[in-house]
Amino acid sequence: MLEKMIIGRYVPGTSFVHRLDPRSKLLFIFFFIFTVFLANDLLSYSLLLAFTFFAVWLTQIPFRFLFNGLKIVFYLILFTFLMHVAFTKGGEVLFSIGRFHIYEEGLKQGFFISIRFFTLIFMTTLLTLTTSPISVTDGVERLLNPLNALKFPVHELALMMSIALRFIPTLMDETDKIVKAQVARGSDLNTGTLKERFQAVVPLLIPLFINSFKRATDLAVAMEVRGYRGGEGRTRYRQLAWQGRDTLVLLVLFAFSGVLLYLRMKG
Amino acid sequence: MAIVQGERVNFSYDEEGPRVLHDVSFTIDRGKWIAIVGHNGSGKSTLAKLMIGLYLPTEGSLKMFGEDYTEQNVWNIRERIGVVFQNPDNQFVGTTVQDDVAFSLENRGVPYEEMRERVMEVLRQVSMEQFLDAEPHHLSGGQKQRVAIAGAIALHPELLILDEATSMLDPQGREDVMRTVTELKETTDVTVISITHDLEEVLLADEVLVMNEGKLLFQTTPEEMFRHGKKLEEIGLDLPFTLRLANLLEREEINVAHELTEEKLVEQLWTLYFNK
Amino acid sequence: MDIVFQQVGYRYAADTPFETKALEDVNIHIQSGSFTALVGHTGSGKSTILLHMNGLLKPTTGSVLIGDTKVERHTKGKVLRELRSKVGIVFQFPEHQLFEETVEKDIMFGPMNFGMDEERARQKAHELVALLGLPEDVLQKSPFDLSGGQMRRVAIAGVLAFEPEVLILDEPTAGLDPRGQKEIMNLFLRLHKEQNLTTILVTHSMEDAARYADDIVVMNAGTTVAQASPEEVFSTNIALDNGLELPQAYQFQRQLEEKLGRSLGEVCLTEEQFVRAYSRLLKEGISHA
Repeated sequence: MLEKMIIGRYVPGTSFVHRLDPRSKLLFIFFFIFTVFLANDLLSYSLLLAFTFFAVWLTQIPFRFLFNGLKIVFYLILFTFLMHVAFTKGGEVLFSIGRFHIYEEGLKQGFFISIRFFTLIFMTTLLTLTTSPISVTDGVERLLNPLNALKFPVHELALMMSIALRFIPTLMDETDKIVKAQVARGSDLNTGTLKERFQAVVPLLIPLFINSFKRATDLAVAMEVRGYRGGEGRTRYRQLAWQGRDTLVLLVLFAFSGVLLYLRMKG
Repeated sequence: MAIVQGERVNFSYDEEGPRVLHDVSFTIDRGKWIAIVGHNGSGKSTLAKLMIGLYLPTEGSLKMFGEDYTEQNVWNIRERIGVVFQNPDNQFVGTTVQDDVAFSLENRGVPYEEMRERVMEVLRQVSMEQFLDAEPHHLSGGQKQRVAIAGAIALHPELLILDEATSMLDPQGREDVMRTVTELKETTDVTVISITHDLEEVLLADEVLVMNEGKLLFQTTPEEMFRHGKKLEEIGLDLPFTLRLANLLEREEINVAHELTEEKLVEQLWTLYFNK
Repeated sequence: MDIVFQQVGYRYAADTPFETKALEDVNIHIQSGSFTALVGHTGSGKSTILLHMNGLLKPTTGSVLIGDTKVERHTKGKVLRELRSKVGIVFQFPEHQLFEETVEKDIMFGPMNFGMDEERARQKAHELVALLGLPEDVLQKSPFDLSGGQMRRVAIAGVLAFEPEVLILDEPTAGLDPRGQKEIMNLFLRLHKEQNLTTILVTHSMEDAARYADDIVVMNAGTTVAQASPEEVFSTNIALDNGLELPQAYQFQRQLEEKLGRSLGEVCLTEEQFVRAYSRLLKEGISHA
């Protein structure tokens, strides 16, 4: 099941959403969190769902792929739903099982909270599915740029993130190799008491740390020799271009929020 | 003109530690291809580290482009040097091929438009232009090293140092990397220093510096170097195939002149056979 | 122990959307006590094969028989552990698996995991350090204070220490200098003979395959394309068809034969073999041509 998990995965593509600037997508998610909390009745929650599905459609990622990939999360949502149904009191009692009463309000709240969860998770997953991790990093760096004035090390942070992203697959490979080598020497990772299992991890962690330090030292030398002296005076190869469509996307979100706000005030 | 000039270079990593380089003196001329050979621990890699300015000689002087390294000039000197290291993974900084090549350009503040041109130009030179957006873990070792070469030459350096750049590669990767360097040498006037124990790389060079136990044994042409066959074997270096064969033939009392090319040796064996 | 691959197929991440085929229809029969080289390009499936030889991977289809142990898709972990004590693997850059405080402890790690008693394991560590030509005082040193070549030897000792009957070597000389390479390969050859091991060498070097192996398995695109003697692999089209180089001695022999217009009467895979054949030719003289 974990192999099918898609949280944090990137699916390359050329859809409208893929081509958006990472900054607009990040801002979109940021504001969307507030938008979600504007919904308060059946109509506004339905609109919220429709809005989310429309976004899914725009990414051209098959709905089934998304749905299968988020299965684990749905269990979580289901759990929350049941909790609400069981413990929220108010409104009419719809039916009772022994001492348990299911209230109208509980059902309603459970349902609404689930939709909130669902739309938030869907939208954030859409962000990572359509934006390569390095673009997310670029976006974060640019959005945080104003913090430079406060001596916040934005460039260093972004560089760390991008190097971490770069080395994740390398270190995964390496971990796999070390596991195989130690298992071949009789290491047993799957049986034994907790203490034994903990001890079995030491032969994996030490080589991994030592090799990573070695890599880090090598990398630092390579970076220095290639003239890296911190963020000052650097130019950027990775350019971000804010297009009309980016502004459009945010305007649509604001308009949508406006509608929800209007419905809320009226209702 | 001398691009690197060492005068009685001595070096030890720490004060009480053993001396890794002893009185090493040599001159490397502009435009040449130089191989530095020696077994592991002979001091050849330390010499490279000194040339890059990672360490300063404990005694003696090592002049790069006529200057000793100082705090002030280190970045300027390095701008004129491209380096490719041994481990293909540990020098790949960018998340994709083009980002990695651009890294040294970004550091020097090259404007965006020029960067784009340079990145394409050097990737074409190493035949990696179809892999612009490839991520490092999808590339072979040889491909990664070619990207590293592209990154190293993106600033049009006067000197390219290959620090055992092929020692972790498979035969195919090694061949591709060496072909890339050969082509580069043909089309530009860059000086190449390759630190290696691969014989074929030695044969490509104009001159060889042979290191042993921290000392420079000799500086000479590859042809001349292999005349010291016995000495080379003593210090743990390999001989080319033809010389190994000639030595074995001698043991069977079949005497042949020591030739480096196979054609010439075939010629001799043919003559011997028909003169019998 | 004989090792037999029967129609082995392997897919990574089988039954998921990320499934990729790594091996297909692999058939190999390695005789007990033989020295077999496994050759082929990077990505031809060599590494995947060797992981099957001690149950680090289980075949998706088909079966692998190692001695009396049969490994199939659903073979249990306990069986595999038993198997691993008999099949040692020296992985590429094995020094990356060192982790203990001292060399002695690191060498003892394998044997103690497989149930050897401590005294015996310690004794084994001392023997191996001597056998591998390391000074005795390294035993109490940290493996991380040694040179690269020494670390390699310690890692090799760590595999030899549990006295495997089958020894699998994955590019064991990669990254070493020429002298180191020769020393390590000669050591493996000696062990192979003295301890009657079944040795499998995964290599890119056709020189090594020609010099050390008595049998060669050729891989291409995830399947076995041939299993034959070195003479056959190099003197027929097998090597060239699969993009493998010929050993230098044999290339040279072919040049000479073309020039002489006659054959040397045997396939020379090493320089020594060539020199013997050539000097015999000289002694026989032209009359026999």
